[in-house]
Amino acid sequence: MNQITDMLKRNSLLLALIIIIVLFETVIRMTGHGSLLSPQNFTNIISQNSYVIILAVGMLFCIVGCGNIDLSVGSIVCLIGALAGVLMVNMEVNIYLSMALCLLLGILIGAWHGFWIAYVRIPSFIVTLAGMMLFRGIALLVLDGLTISPFDTEYLANFNSFIPKARASAFTLTMIVTLVLCAIFLLWGLYDRATKRRKGYELEPMASFAFRSVIVIGGLLFSGVLLGNHKGIPFILVILAVVVLFYAFIANKTVTGRRLYALGGNEKAAKLSGVNTNFILFLAYVNMGFLSALAALVCVARFNSAAPTAGTGYELDAIGSCFIGGASAYGGVGTIGGAVIGAVFMGVLNNGMSILGIDANWQKTVKGMVLLIAVVIDVMSKKRAR
Amino acid sequence: MSDKILLQMKDITKRFGKVTALHNVNLEVKEGEVHALVGENGAGKSTLMNVLSGIYPYGTYEGQIILNGEECHFKTIRDSERKGIVIIHQELALVPFLSIAENMFLGNECTSNSFHEVMDWPRTYSYAQELMHTVGLDEDPRTLIKDIGVGKQQLIEIAKAISKNCKLLILDEPTASLNETDSQKLLDLIAKFREQGMTSIIISHKLNEISYIANNITVVRDGSTIETLDNANHDVPEDRIIAGMVGRAMTDRYPKRDQNHIKDEVLLEVRNWTVHDPLTPERKRCDNINIKIRRGEVVGMSGLMGAGRTEFAKSLFGGSYGVNISGQVFLKGKECHFRSVTDCVKAGLAYVTEDRKGDGLILMNPIYQNVTLSNLPEVSNHSVIDNDAEVLHAKNYKGELNIKCEHVLQDVGNLSGGNQQKVLLAKWLFTKPDVLILDEPTRGIDVGAKYEIYCLINQLVEEGKGVLVISSELPEILGICDRVYVMNEGRIVAEMPRSEASQESIMAAIIRSSGNNESKVQEAS
Repeated sequence: MNQITDMLKRNSLLLALIIIIVLFETVIRMTGHGSLLSPQNFTNIISQNSYVIILAVGMLFCIVGCGNIDLSVGSIVCLIGALAGVLMVNMEVNIYLSMALCLLLGILIGAWHGFWIAYVRIPSFIVTLAGMMLFRGIALLVLDGLTISPFDTEYLANFNSFIPKARASAFTLTMIVTLVLCAIFLLWGLYDRATKRRKGYELEPMASFAFRSVIVIGGLLFSGVLLGNHKGIPFILVILAVVVLFYAFIANKTVTGRRLYALGGNEKAAKLSGVNTNFILFLAYVNMGFLSALAALVCVARFNSAAPTAGTGYELDAIGSCFIGGASAYGGVGTIGGAVIGAVFMGVLNNGMSILGIDANWQKTVKGMVLLIAVVIDVMSKKRAR
Repeated sequence: MSDKILLQMKDITKRFGKVTALHNVNLEVKEGEVHALVGENGAGKSTLMNVLSGIYPYGTYEGQIILNGEECHFKTIRDSERKGIVIIHQELALVPFLSIAENMFLGNECTSNSFHEVMDWPRTYSYAQELMHTVGLDEDPRTLIKDIGVGKQQLIEIAKAISKNCKLLILDEPTASLNETDSQKLLDLIAKFREQGMTSIIISHKLNEISYIANNITVVRDGSTIETLDNANHDVPEDRIIAGMVGRAMTDRYPKRDQNHIKDEVLLEVRNWTVHDPLTPERKRCDNINIKIRRGEVVGMSGLMGAGRTEFAKSLFGGSYGVNISGQVFLKGKECHFRSVTDCVKAGLAYVTEDRKGDGLILMNPIYQNVTLSNLPEVSNHSVIDNDAEVLHAKNYKGELNIKCEHVLQDVGNLSGGNQQKVLLAKWLFTKPDVLILDEPTRGIDVGAKYEIYCLINQLVEEGKGVLVISSELPEILGICDRVYVMNEGRIVAEMPRSEASQESIMAAIIRSSGNNESKVQEAS
């Protein structure tokens, strides 16, 4: 029993997400606005929030490494979008070459920020604030204040299509994929436990393992059924899964990830332990630039246009997601999983309120309050734990 | 000193959740005395003082506080300050970028008589000057706190206490970060105030200072007061105090070591090492230093604070300090060019830093992550970390070094100072070094943990490693080292084998090399 309450405490954010989903679902159904969890809306929530999740993952690394933030991501999204538009629509360059060029520009912009922040040690707030204006300005110059559209259908298909292409086999295929994923998850977990027992390592308590498995498999099956009932697995979800899993792996399992957390926890100690702190910080910003470019490609495909106002406020969505997800503003603390849940949390809030027809001004107000409350609860619960 | 009792704490019990930090503690302090409170870390000294000063408000503890025959219920620090009780914490509460005068009256500002929001600067500065005179400082009160040394900062704290009309001054580890000269000045100042009738309670680990200054010594152990020793003649032996603190007689504070493990092979040799200050590059912090460490040898590096010992060690350690570094390093006879900390770790050199919280450990990370941080390649495969292996290694060190913690997944920040120090040592032992530089390895930790660390040093040299110990505590240097270098003003001024080293000879070497120039000594400190 103790273990279960412990687990709930540790996953309080996930619990809050489930509660808010149930709450919205009840209200939406009662007022006859349809359903939050209809197959179509579920798919919608995923594509609506894809870019926030990608940006939040990148932002988390900046926040963890020394509590830095990147204010310029919205402007970078706009600039890269503009470049994509110019290359693909105006100049009709090959779309894969264009995408590669866009990602490369993202990396270069990240390196520009990283150089000033990590090597010259200009405060990140200032560098990225400058970047926010600078890159928005360049984007406006490139676009000349106009919107570029429409994009090539082949390009759009890369992001907006579903697996499988034929709607008839959607349910069967989706369920097969879901079940295979569940099986892989379970078997891998059991295999891992067996190896640990054999080597005499510490074993995770069975209850906690079972709890985690139930949550993950339940979530997978639930999403599988909903997606299968619509058009199948959206391709953007595959991209998201790859990004999230890859960066979670980096954060938890690699030397670079560990060094990033060490840098955020105590820079001087990390330095005296042989961590090349400047390079790690530099990498965090290069990575942020890369992910901003990826988010830009996703956005352009979703809106089928490159607009001068694209990306406005995205940086704040990404930063908010990380903090709702339990990252510390002083650095050193935060998880990829938390940032993703934070982003989904904000996404569900947006989507639910839109369905209910709540005024956009009120939506902003509510989101602001939620951000504050989430962080206050996090801080208070940590205080009590001590 | 009269026989009148100023303060009485009766049957104080303080609980944190299920943990009882103080259990029926009784303390009596006479008017005009210096009363020392001694005990191991975590014995409850600071908790008791926090109860007294109202940091733990009335109602959160049981028992009575009687000041001048009147029972007091302090709800905040301000309540106790109004009664003349002022506490000076170990970590000084000064704002570095404000001036001395501004710091002195922070929260208690001298304001204009008609407008209470408007500062009265002339009065602030003249009153500050006056208070600084009473503690023997002649700085300009407009000097910023960051520009004066720790010793003077400590005096500013005392002046600040006096400005609050202090009757009972509580000093928590006042000399922990001071060198011998500054410590002596501070103790003399406390003695001067005693003659003027002020009462003080002093918490300290430095027993020689306690027996020098205190009239009565109360020993706290495991949340209870064990005994109060009468030290009116300043003749209570240190061993007697330690016996009370640890609950048994400590026959020898420094474990014996077999002498014949010292080999002729030189493990580390440094030649003509010169380092310049990074802020003012024309100033030399280390000047032409030559040292040798043999296999199986413990070498001490003694000197006043600011002599350049830490600067030397850090500059050696991959250029972590200083600019324009020149000189040669030979490790096991081979010349090395250390460009980074990683180079040093690979070559087998480890530096255990002096400031374990500031630049040693990552307090918010678990124990096992701290242990492996300097040698992650050891527990990873193609830069993918094996968490299980990490935990296993950390557990081994937990057992080996007797680290007291529930689990190695616990955050380091929750451990006591002694256990944090052990984690820091484990971290550097995990890099499998041949030569270890230990910078103040026992600062601020209790007698028991110190003994364990000395035993560990013995074990290391018996395994054939070389150890350089940098320490400001002379008895420690004399107790554990085979050979001693004395450093002053960036230079090695003496080298002596254990047989010739004594507190007197080391101090003499320092004073002689300072050219009997008092101002120079102060600058170095």
